[in-house]
Amino acid sequence: MPQNANQVLDHFELFRGPEYQDMLARKKAEFENHVGDDKVAEVREWAKTEEYKDLNFAREALTINPAKACQPLGAVFVAVGFEQTIPFVHGSQGCVAYYRSHFSRHFKEPTSCVSSSMTEDAAVFGGLNNMIDGLANTYSMYKPKMIAVSTTCMAEVIGDDLNAFIKTAKEKGSVPAEYDVPFAHTPAFVGSHVTGYDNAMKGVLEHFWDGKAGTVDKLVRVPNGKINFLGGFDGYTVGNLREIKRIFDLMKVEYTILGDTSDVWDTPTDGEFRMYDGGTTLEDAANAVHARATISMQEYCTEKTLPWIAGHGQETVAFNHPVGVEGTDRFIMEVARLAGVEIPDELARERGRLVDAIADSNAHIHGKKFAIYGDPDLCYGLAQFLMELGAEPTHVLATNGNKAWEKKMQALFDSSPFGTNCKVYPGKDLWHMRSLLFTDPVDFLIGNTYGKYLERDTGTPLIRIGFPIFDRHHKHRYPVWGYQGGLNVLVTILDRIFEHIDATTNVPSKTDYSYDIIR
Amino acid sequence: MSVSAQTDIAAVKERNRALIQEVLEVYPEKTAKRRAKHLNVHEEGKSDCGVKSNIKSIPGVMTIRGCAYAGSKGVVWGPIKDMIHISHGPVGCGQYSWAARRNYYIGTTGIDTFVTMQFTSDFQEKDIVFGGDKKLAKIMDEIEQLFPLNKGITVQSECPIGLIGDDIEAVSKAKSKEYGGKTIVPVRCEGFRGVSQSLGHHIANDAVRDWVFDKMGDKPAAFEQTPYDVAIIGDYNIGGDAWSSRILLEEMGLRVVAQWSGDGSIAELEATPKAKLNVLHCYRSMNYISRHMEEKYGIPWVEYNFFGPSKIEESLRKIASFFDDKIKEGAEAVIAKYKPLMEAVIAKYKPRLEGKKVMLYVGGLRPRHVIGAYEDLGMEVVGTGYEFGHNDDYQRTAQHDVKDGTLIYDDVTGYEFEKFVEKIQPDLVGSGIKEKYVFQKMGVPFRQMHSWDYSGPYHGYDGFAIFARDMDMAINAPVWKMAPTPWKQEPEEYAIAAE
Repeated sequence: MPQNANQVLDHFELFRGPEYQDMLARKKAEFENHVGDDKVAEVREWAKTEEYKDLNFAREALTINPAKACQPLGAVFVAVGFEQTIPFVHGSQGCVAYYRSHFSRHFKEPTSCVSSSMTEDAAVFGGLNNMIDGLANTYSMYKPKMIAVSTTCMAEVIGDDLNAFIKTAKEKGSVPAEYDVPFAHTPAFVGSHVTGYDNAMKGVLEHFWDGKAGTVDKLVRVPNGKINFLGGFDGYTVGNLREIKRIFDLMKVEYTILGDTSDVWDTPTDGEFRMYDGGTTLEDAANAVHARATISMQEYCTEKTLPWIAGHGQETVAFNHPVGVEGTDRFIMEVARLAGVEIPDELARERGRLVDAIADSNAHIHGKKFAIYGDPDLCYGLAQFLMELGAEPTHVLATNGNKAWEKKMQALFDSSPFGTNCKVYPGKDLWHMRSLLFTDPVDFLIGNTYGKYLERDTGTPLIRIGFPIFDRHHKHRYPVWGYQGGLNVLVTILDRIFEHIDATTNVPSKTDYSYDIIR
Repeated sequence: MSVSAQTDIAAVKERNRALIQEVLEVYPEKTAKRRAKHLNVHEEGKSDCGVKSNIKSIPGVMTIRGCAYAGSKGVVWGPIKDMIHISHGPVGCGQYSWAARRNYYIGTTGIDTFVTMQFTSDFQEKDIVFGGDKKLAKIMDEIEQLFPLNKGITVQSECPIGLIGDDIEAVSKAKSKEYGGKTIVPVRCEGFRGVSQSLGHHIANDAVRDWVFDKMGDKPAAFEQTPYDVAIIGDYNIGGDAWSSRILLEEMGLRVVAQWSGDGSIAELEATPKAKLNVLHCYRSMNYISRHMEEKYGIPWVEYNFFGPSKIEESLRKIASFFDDKIKEGAEAVIAKYKPLMEAVIAKYKPRLEGKKVMLYVGGLRPRHVIGAYEDLGMEVVGTGYEFGHNDDYQRTAQHDVKDGTLIYDDVTGYEFEKFVEKIQPDLVGSGIKEKYVFQKMGVPFRQMHSWDYSGPYHGYDGFAIFARDMDMAINAPVWKMAPTPWKQEPEEYAIAAE
């Protein structure tokens, strides 16, 4: 009997003992009709070949292990960033259970969100009654200042009209006529979670700026000197937004963060559950129309929102999730230009410290090959940083990357000798990446938690940067933007490299001459 | 003083009734009327818990429930390891449920087993407009080419499939024929069907009946039959639960021919109609197929409970009662073998946990099945409810598990659950990931009772030791003493729900 009250064994060790190993072997031999270990080994080897890769890349219909989620997830991300706002997702309720779980597993925080719980009858008759009852219930129970509505694919397929439904619900008294219920159609079969971010953000701003669905006059822009900031869908939103605010304060920039999730996904454990915390005030969201300019940190999260804002007379600037020195330089200088402020010396010193750290450490990174996957902007920012470090971002893959992104990535590769042998893979998934890691191996892989399966199968060490990160804790609290963020990314990469070097040089009398105490 | 420290049952009942009235006040009238039927205080001797169940969730209230797809792909089918389960529709459903349920299995993932992979048809607008059947057929071809060792395919329908009129049955039949009778199972588990995960379980069970059992006809058993063949039904091997259960059944002399569905294989599904007895753990999700096998193949089934030594002992004897003396003696030998371990576990943890109050809100069998395990540790479950239970679950709960005065909440809303915990101030809440951080913020110790909070197994004797350790580490962690800010005035209550 392996179990012991004094040293309780759980799944990590319990099943490794002879009792369980024996049992599992018999199960396989007697009841699973298993094909045999030789056959498995044969197919496993075949799946590493060029031949397999070609078949894999010839796939037209099947998606395996994609690195993207669906639109409403992005809409929920947007909604929780506004003051006392509840995301309300119109459609099947299971979707909402999924979004809440997904965010909670990443942030280790509660995520409040409601559903209109549509079922078969709503599929036949439409979900109007669900909207009417749902808004009334949410309003009574959770006393939000705003309810931000988006849709699941069910509501989209049957063609529910949010604008009309919300109007009717207000007429029926679900919520007061003047109550803020911005909305966005977010079909899951178009784009990905970054598209949902875009649609939902535009929906909220459209609501406040363009007359609240025809119920009040459109706001007339009276330009001021403020800068609006859009972070995009970002797994590091807590650390990043705090860092951005610190930078803006240092620079004495007047700003509005549109969709500030940094408090609601980082509430204290002090005896009180805060369903709402922080967030962009509704007043600020409305007044953002008057800003001088709007910055988007993630171009592909704001493909519709940013041009729409530009249409309101603001200057707009988009970045691609800048990470590292040059990306941050451009960001800081653009902010200074737009806001008409001097860049404080403190930032120059922070920059110098990042450059200092790179100078100290880049020898361990220079010439190393990396594979990167994730959202399009994150991939771009990381690839740019790796090339600054003298590394080669050999494979860069975004399941939700489009043609424009492909072109932009290629231009980035073309801008540096370190990009010469690099290739961009828009619309591909992690099973494609698996083939690439076998046929064209790299030294390290950068991606989210699901990259651990690639690490296991291909032996490529994984550096966890992206969304979601489920199996490491608290990474979202640390910024990856700004020079400080660049330092965090650098250390994350270096730590994994050093761990890998140590783990591959620790066999006594065989490899441990390289098991150095100083690196 | 914690309200739950009251020992007078009448006072507890009165408090709980008042609490129900209080939470109902927040709702609009129509909603209050509907929710009132799902909340009750258990009265000893009643045949059920006095709540309505398996009814549509109310829009906008923050139900914790999922959908039929979650019940089929996420629960019943997903763990069958040597088949490929296609999440058919847009990308999200498969993505959010990807490897999240910790259904442990042995196999070379991507080669002969596929549980922790996400296969999706990733529907685009054109698939919605023109239909996805051709794409589905092509997907099956691509699966055959890239994963030659797969033993079958299931099509797990997401919402759009049923709305756009796709004929996944026709595609499945045609492809099965093309691939020499390969098992290809279309499952109509669109998320809008039914009121929760529960209908998804039922639909998935029916799909096994129609597309696995009926297809194999009278094929002889692929293994040598014995009088002691049993199948484990309704154990999803979360953190290895089915393994720490299987070992006990084997030790008492039984032969486990199949696991449904944790670490299960298509061969095991097909073997089950040849078993002598089906032992059923999660009644809610797999009673349907058990009943079917009883009717069609004459296989009796018996419910059991492998949480905590009291229930395990009772269950081992109950299972043994279907067999001869050899097995009955085997059961006694198993009970005796593990007795010292159980005594040592209880001796270690009971003094640390005695008298602690627990509130549960979970799915499947757990709102009742884990109560005995807590009681073995001297703890008391003061509130419980089912995410997607039916009346037969509440009957079983009332008749066997809960104590007089227990607060019962069916399909609880976020608001109700928080208020109940705020007022009752339990020492531990056991629920899911969506609830975990809410209660931890309130300073209330919490364990996820779906995923075992990434621990486990909790089933069987080996699992009980882990269960006890985990409950102790949750409740007695030093962190909870630190939640109140020392320089702030001590609040009257620590656990404060959101206003």
